[in-house]
Amino acid sequence: MQTTDDILDLLQNVKDPEIPVISVLELGVVRQVEVDADGKVVVTITPTYTGCPAMDVMATDIKKELVEHGIASVEVKQVLSPAWTTDWITDDGKRKLKEYGIAPPEKTGDIRALKGEAPVVPCPQCGSTNTVMVSVFGSTACKALWKCKDCLEPFDQFKCL
Amino acid sequence: MTDKEALLTYTLRLGDDLLILSHRLSEWCGHGPVLEEDIALANRALDHIGEARNLYDHAVQLEGKGRTQDDLAYLRKERDFVNTLLCEQPNGDYAYTIVRSFLFDAYHLPLAEALTKSSDATIAAIAAKAVKEAQYHLKHSSDWLIRFGDGTEESHRRAQEALDALWTYTGDLFTQDEVHKAMVKAGIAPDLQTMKAGFDATVDKVLDEATLKRPADGYMQSGGRAGKHSEHLGYILAEMQYLQRAYPGAEW
Repeated sequence: MQTTDDILDLLQNVKDPEIPVISVLELGVVRQVEVDADGKVVVTITPTYTGCPAMDVMATDIKKELVEHGIASVEVKQVLSPAWTTDWITDDGKRKLKEYGIAPPEKTGDIRALKGEAPVVPCPQCGSTNTVMVSVFGSTACKALWKCKDCLEPFDQFKCL
Repeated sequence: MTDKEALLTYTLRLGDDLLILSHRLSEWCGHGPVLEEDIALANRALDHIGEARNLYDHAVQLEGKGRTQDDLAYLRKERDFVNTLLCEQPNGDYAYTIVRSFLFDAYHLPLAEALTKSSDATIAAIAAKAVKEAQYHLKHSSDWLIRFGDGTEESHRRAQEALDALWTYTGDLFTQDEVHKAMVKAGIAPDLQTMKAGFDATVDKVLDEATLKRPADGYMQSGGRAGKHSEHLGYILAEMQYLQRAYPGAEW
């Protein structure tokens, strides 16, 4: 029978379908993994954005990964509370986002301190802080669209939530 | 009406606002004035429909008749929808779409903030997620309204016209009938007259920056919460429900 740690190892292989460099664990959407006496696995996930179409894909991918590794009974449950926050993205996850060309979110505490002011988002390509937000909604609901005024590259920023 | 029936109606009101506005915003998909806005409105529509789905799930649980969230969206008639009139108003030009969203956002954000303290745990959990997203929605619509109002003579004129035309639907947002009063008493919903101070403060601040004039509170349209709609809702439902009506149970 698989232990909770075995399941967590397998979940590391399940990536965000829209950002395929970061796993569901690094994204912080997996809230709980339980294995009961009969070997049934229950994975509890929480949505990033309420309407994020990637959530259904993630649930399916989690099931698929576990079933392919011989786990006969898998259930993926969704919970809304406590609400997901970008603070739950792990440091590894944030580093991988940056390497992929997406500026990682700032801490939610920082954004409150800066309330009313635009956050400083360094360009993930050249590191310059001479950047400007083009649109508060980018390629997906969780990202804003930015432009670097030094290297002139457009880039996505994972919005603080 | 029992408290349980009132809670079901209230949950549907919250959900219907979001579904109908979401449908309106989705009509812009592929027609946005610039690519970034096309994407922004599609993303906003997704946020709204996500919140609506959660609320409909709650409604079908409360109802306990085995209906699904799809049944609520696709198989109810016009008079069964209890969304506020503002949400069903047509897209018009971009100023019209932005003003409609702005007025809704200025209402939705303080509402979601208040609902995080709702005595109904599910509504509170849904609101706790929505409140974060609603901040981005309000920022989006405010930024554009300021740009239009404080932009060219033409953009100012269009924004003011949209504001003057849509203002008459803002009264319906704050309707407090028996259902709502029962919800306030049960600690489920906030008192809308108290909440209106937050709406007024946002509206005044943004309109001031946009150099737009707040219309006087004249005659207000009402009836959405009782299922009495403008002629536009029927057309929305005709398009939205066509497939499920023509091919019952179709899935893909």
